[in-house]
Amino acid sequence: MYAFDLERPTTLADAIAALKGEDAQALGGGQTLIPTLKQRLAMPAKLVSLAGVDEIKGICRNDAGRLCVGGGTTHGEIAAQSDYPALAALAGRIGDPAVRNRGTIGGSVANNDPSACYPAACLASGATIVTDRGEYAADDFFQGMFTTSLAEGEIVTEVRFPIPEAANYQKFAQPASRFPLVGVFVARFADGVRVAVTGASEGGVFRWSEAETALSSDFSVGALEGLSASAEGLITDLHGSADYRAHLIKVLTGRAVTAAA
Amino acid sequence: MTKVSMRVNGKAVTAEVEGRTLLVEALRGPLGLTGTHVGCDTSQCGACVVHVDGKAVKACTMFAAEAEGAEVTTIEGMANADGSLGVIQQAFQDHHGLQCGFCTPGMVMSAAALLKDNPKPSEAEIRHYLEGNICRCTGYHNIVKAIQAASGQDVAIAAE
Amino acid sequence: MPKDSGIGASPKRREDVRFLTGDGRYTDDINVAGQAYVHFLRSDVAHARIAGIDTSQAEGMPGVVRIFTGADFEAVGGIPCGWQITDRHGEVMQEPKHPVLAHGKVRHVGDPICAVVADTLAQARDAAEAIVLDLEELPAVIDMKEAVKDGATKVHDDLTGNLCYDWGFVEENRDAVDEAIKSAAHVTTLELVNNRLIANPMEPRVAVGQWEKGTGDYTLYTTSQNPHVIRLLMGAFVLGIPEHKLRVVAPDVGGGFGTKIFHYAEEAFCTFAAKECRRPVKWTSSRSEAFMSDAHGRDHVTKIELALDAENNFTAVRTETYANMGAYLSTFAPSVPTWLHGTLMAGNYRTPLIYVNVKAVFTNTVPVDAYRGAGRPEATFQLERVIDKAARELGVDPIELRRQNFITEFPYATPVAVEYDTGDYHATMDKLIEIADVAGFEARAEESRARGKLRGFGVNSYIEACGIAPSNLVGQLGARAGLYESATVRVNATGGLVVMTGSHSHGQGHETSFPQVVADMIGIPDDMIEIVHGDTANTPMGMGTYGSRSLAVGGSAIVRATEKIIAKAKKIAAHIMEASDQDIELKDGKFTVAGTDKELAWGDVTLAAYVPHNYPLAEMEPGLEETAFYDPNNFTYPSGAYACEVEVDPETGKVTIERFAAADDFGNVVNPMIVEGQVHGGIAQGVGQALLENCAYDENGQLISASYMDYAMPRADDLPMFTVDHSCQTPCTHNPLGVKGCGEAGAIASPPTVVNAVCDALQRAGKNVTHIDMPLSPARVWAAMQGAEPTMGAAQPAAGSAGSAEGRSLHGQG
Repeated sequence: MYAFDLERPTTLADAIAALKGEDAQALGGGQTLIPTLKQRLAMPAKLVSLAGVDEIKGICRNDAGRLCVGGGTTHGEIAAQSDYPALAALAGRIGDPAVRNRGTIGGSVANNDPSACYPAACLASGATIVTDRGEYAADDFFQGMFTTSLAEGEIVTEVRFPIPEAANYQKFAQPASRFPLVGVFVARFADGVRVAVTGASEGGVFRWSEAETALSSDFSVGALEGLSASAEGLITDLHGSADYRAHLIKVLTGRAVTAAA
Repeated sequence: MTKVSMRVNGKAVTAEVEGRTLLVEALRGPLGLTGTHVGCDTSQCGACVVHVDGKAVKACTMFAAEAEGAEVTTIEGMANADGSLGVIQQAFQDHHGLQCGFCTPGMVMSAAALLKDNPKPSEAEIRHYLEGNICRCTGYHNIVKAIQAASGQDVAIAAE
Repeated sequence: MPKDSGIGASPKRREDVRFLTGDGRYTDDINVAGQAYVHFLRSDVAHARIAGIDTSQAEGMPGVVRIFTGADFEAVGGIPCGWQITDRHGEVMQEPKHPVLAHGKVRHVGDPICAVVADTLAQARDAAEAIVLDLEELPAVIDMKEAVKDGATKVHDDLTGNLCYDWGFVEENRDAVDEAIKSAAHVTTLELVNNRLIANPMEPRVAVGQWEKGTGDYTLYTTSQNPHVIRLLMGAFVLGIPEHKLRVVAPDVGGGFGTKIFHYAEEAFCTFAAKECRRPVKWTSSRSEAFMSDAHGRDHVTKIELALDAENNFTAVRTETYANMGAYLSTFAPSVPTWLHGTLMAGNYRTPLIYVNVKAVFTNTVPVDAYRGAGRPEATFQLERVIDKAARELGVDPIELRRQNFITEFPYATPVAVEYDTGDYHATMDKLIEIADVAGFEARAEESRARGKLRGFGVNSYIEACGIAPSNLVGQLGARAGLYESATVRVNATGGLVVMTGSHSHGQGHETSFPQVVADMIGIPDDMIEIVHGDTANTPMGMGTYGSRSLAVGGSAIVRATEKIIAKAKKIAAHIMEASDQDIELKDGKFTVAGTDKELAWGDVTLAAYVPHNYPLAEMEPGLEETAFYDPNNFTYPSGAYACEVEVDPETGKVTIERFAAADDFGNVVNPMIVEGQVHGGIAQGVGQALLENCAYDENGQLISASYMDYAMPRADDLPMFTVDHSCQTPCTHNPLGVKGCGEAGAIASPPTVVNAVCDALQRAGKNVTHIDMPLSPARVWAAMQGAEPTMGAAQPAAGSAGSAEGRSLHGQG
C-alpha cells in the first residue's frame, strides 16, 4: 500500500468535511478497497473511515413502508433483518461471515462492481440511493462497470427499498471468488415485475426487460418460455462464456420466480 | 505514525501504527502475536481471522487504527485460564482437525464465532460458514467433525 | 480394541498444542535483529529482452540499502537442476542456465529482474516502482505443440530449440507396441489435458538470510521440505559456500505438497545479499507473488491408446505426452513426466507391452515441477480414463474390465521397469464396493432424477510408486542426488530419547508418529521420545519429505538406528547382569536374561552408558547414540480403489460430489488417524484438480488465474464427508516396518474417479460425452452437454480442439 492518512470522523458532517481534501476517499468496510490498496491500484492521500459514523448505520421502516438501510450498515446486519427476506438472503451470501461483519451496503453500491450482489437488489426493488447531497433512483444510479452517479467525495448515507410482494435472488457463484458469475433478482410489485441481472454484463447490473414484461402478466416460469437473454455485451472469461452467462440468466430467473411465487 | 490503543486478549495494549498498517500487521509486529497468519492478499483464505468486539473479522482487511478502543481476541486468547486447550481447540486436536497448522488459528476463530451464533450447527451449516477459511491439508472432513464435537454433538473420535 | 500407544495407535498429535494456541514458529515468525527487507521487481511480461535497467533514481529513495540486478550474480552459479534425463536417441536433455536474477532476458511473468533491499518492505516497494526498465517484448511461447515446431521463437537463445528432451520408454518395445496396436481387436484412444495446477500451501514461502561477520557462517531460514537438499544445492552449486559454513533451518512449515522441495532463487538471494549488505535480509512472499514464483504442477497434454484382444484383455498401451517444463528447469522437473510417470503406466494391470513417449518443452511460463503425486497422477488419470472409455465402447462393466486385467501374482515385474513387491487389487476393490454401497446406487440415482439431477458413479484403481528411492537405481536414471534417509538416535542418561531425522514434517505429524515406532521397539511410553527435524545444524544429512517417503525411508532409518541402540544396550545389560548378550531380551522397557529372573530397567542401562562405572570399557565406548542411513532397495507400491458419486445439474452444468469412498492398501499403518487425514487431504486436492483448479495463461503468457479470485481452491462446501478404509493391508516386503506411504494416494486416485463419474452421469442421461478436460467447471460441463467445444482457459489447448489458440483465448466463444 502507498502511505495515506486515515481519518476516523464520528459524525457525518465531519466525514463530509474530511472528504473535501484533495485525493481523499471514503472507506466503508474496506472489504474491496483494502485489497485494491494492497495491490497499489489506488493511491489516495487520505482515507476517511465511515466506520465510526453511527448516524449512517441501522435499519428501519419509514412512513412510506420502505426499508431504510443506512449506508454504513454491514451485510451481516442486513442479513439479520426480517422485513425484506430476499434482501436478507442476498446479504447473507455475500463473501463470508468475516467479510459480512465489516463490509457495508454503502461501500458496495458506491463501488458498483459488475459482480456485486446489492446492485441487483437495488435495481430490481426500484430502490432509492440517498447521499449527503441528494437522492438517486437506482435506475439512474448504476451507470456501468464501477461507475455510478456519485461525485467525488459523495457519501451513500442510505438505501431505501420499496418492499415487493414477492421477491427472490438467485446467485450462481463463480467457483473461485464466489462472487456471482450471474445473479438474478426478481421482485414482484403490485404494478409489475422487475428483474435485475448482475455478474453477467460488461456494462454492470441491468434489467432484463423482456422477462419483466412476460412476468408482469404471468408470474410463472412458464411465462419465460420462448424468451432468451442476449449474449451480446455479456462477459466472457475463464469461468464462462457470454453464451453460458446468457443461458444462466434465464435459468436463474426461472428459479427466482419459482422460489418467490 | 499514530498511537492505537486496544484491548487484546483482555490486556490493554498500545502500538505505533501508520494509517496503512493493517490490524494483522500490528498484531504480528509490534504486539508480537504471531499466531494470526497471513495466507493471501485478496481477503479470501481466512488465516487471519480474529474477533473484534466479539465479531469475526479478517485482520488483513481492517486497518489497525480502526481497532482503536476495541476488544480484540486472537488465537493466543483462546486457551483456558489455566493454559489448557479451550473446548474448540481440544476438539480440533481430538479429531485431527489440523495438519500443517497454518490455517488453524483462523479456523478456530471462525468456529468460535459460528458456535456463538449457532450452538448446534449441522454439517451443511458448518461447511457454509467456513466459506471464508481455506485449508489445503485436511479436506475439511476432520474440521467439520471437530466443530460438531465442540458443539457437543455426537461424533466418533478420529480413526476409532 | 484399538491400541493406545505404539504402532497402530492413534495418539493425539503433540504438535497440535502449539499450532492451536498460536505458538507455532513458522519462518515468517522469525525476525533477526537488524534485518532488512527485499522486494523483487518481477517481469510483468512473459518474454522480453532486457535492454536496460535504470536504478539511479531508486537508489536514492528513502531506506534503500542496495539494489541488485542480474549483473550482481554473474560470479555465482545458477539455480541447478537435480535430474538429468537421457532421451530416446541417447542424448542428454537440454539444460538452460537459470540465473538468480534475470540476465539478458525475462522468460515468464514473475521472473525476478531486480531485488531492492531496504529498511522496510514498503520502502523497498516504493523504490522498485522508481526503477526504469527497458524491456523489448518478444513473442510468448505458450502452446507446447507450437513451441517444438521449426522456426518457433526460442525461450532460450543458446539452446537448439524449445524441446528439452524426447524420451521413449521402453524404447526397445516401441515397434512391438506399434505392432500390437495394429493387430488389436479393439483400440480405445483418448486425448486429454492434465491441467496445470498451483500447489498453494496456505503458508506462502519465506526466506531469511543471515551472515555472521565474526565467523563467516551463513544461516538461511526457509520454508522447505528438505533443508539439507537446499544446503547442498545452494551451497555447492549457486553460492559456493561449503556446507560446514552454512546452516539451513526449516522450522514449522505450513504445508508443502511438493512446491517447497525445490531450491528457489529467493533463498539464494537472501543468503547472498545478507553478506553483501552486512545485514540479515528477509523475504516474505505475498500470495499474488506465490502464484507467479512457486513451481506449478502437472500440465501434460496426452494421447493414450489402449489395445485389447477379443476377450478384452489389455494387450498394449501407447502414450504420447507433451510435458510443460516452463521457462527453466526446476529442481526435479525433468524426472516428473519420465521416471515418476512412465514407470507407472502399467497401473494395476497385466499389460504386456507399453511404450511411453514424453516430449518436455520449454515455454514462457512459471517452471513446473513435482506437485502431490508428481507424474503418478498423470499416469493414473490417463490410464483410468481410457479404461473407462474402453469399457463403455465395449459395453462391459468398468469394474469387471479392470478386475479381468488385474495383476494377481506378486512379485510382478512390469514391462516398464519396476517390480511390484506385493498387493491385492481385488481386495481393495471388494472393500470399495462394500463401503461405497455400490448396490444402493440405482436407488440414489432414481432419487436424484426425481429432483431433476443427473447422478453418476465413477470408479478407478490406482497404484503408485512411493518410498523414493533406491539411490543406485535413481543414479542410473539421472538423479544427481541419493535418495536415502538418515536418523540419529540419542539416548540420554535418564532414558529419554532424541531422534534426529532428515525427514521434515510440514503437516504429516512426524513428531507424533515417529515416536510410536521407537516406543514399540523399546517398550517405553511415546512421550519419552522427542523428534528433532528441520535444522541442518542438529540433524544428520537427509533428503527430506516428499513422494510419500518419510515413514518408508525415514522411518526405516529410525528403525535401523534404534536397532543399533538396542544391540549396544543389550551388551551393556549383559555385562551388568553377567550374562551373554545373546540371552538378553528387551520387552516393555526391561532387559531380562532368558531362563532367569534377572531384570534390569531401561533407565539403568542408559545411565550405565553415561556413568560407565560397571561397564565393558575394554570392548565398547561409553554413550548410547547411533546413526543409520537407510537406502531402500525398491520403491513401495501403495494401491487401492476409489469411487465417487456426483450429481450434475443439467440446467447449469454444476457438479456436486455426493459421496466419496476410498479403499487403500498402505501396508502396515503406524497411526491410523494421521493416515486417514492424509487421505482426506489428498482427496480434496484431487477433487480440486477435477472440478475447480485451473492455472491458466492467455496467449500472451499472462497468468489469468493469478489469485484466489480466479484460481478456485476447494472450500468446505465443495466437499462431502469421505468414507475411507485402509484395512486391506499387504505389508511392504522390503522395509522393516512393512509400510508403503499414504501422502499422495488421494491426489493420485481422485481425479479420474470424479471425471469417470461425471461422464457416467451424462451418458446415463443420453448425452454422448466421452471426455471433458479438467477442471469440470459448470461452464465446461454445460458446454459439453450442448455438444460444444470445451471452453477457454486451459493452460494448453483443450484436447480435441481443432485450433491451437481457441483453447485458451480470453475472447473465444465456448
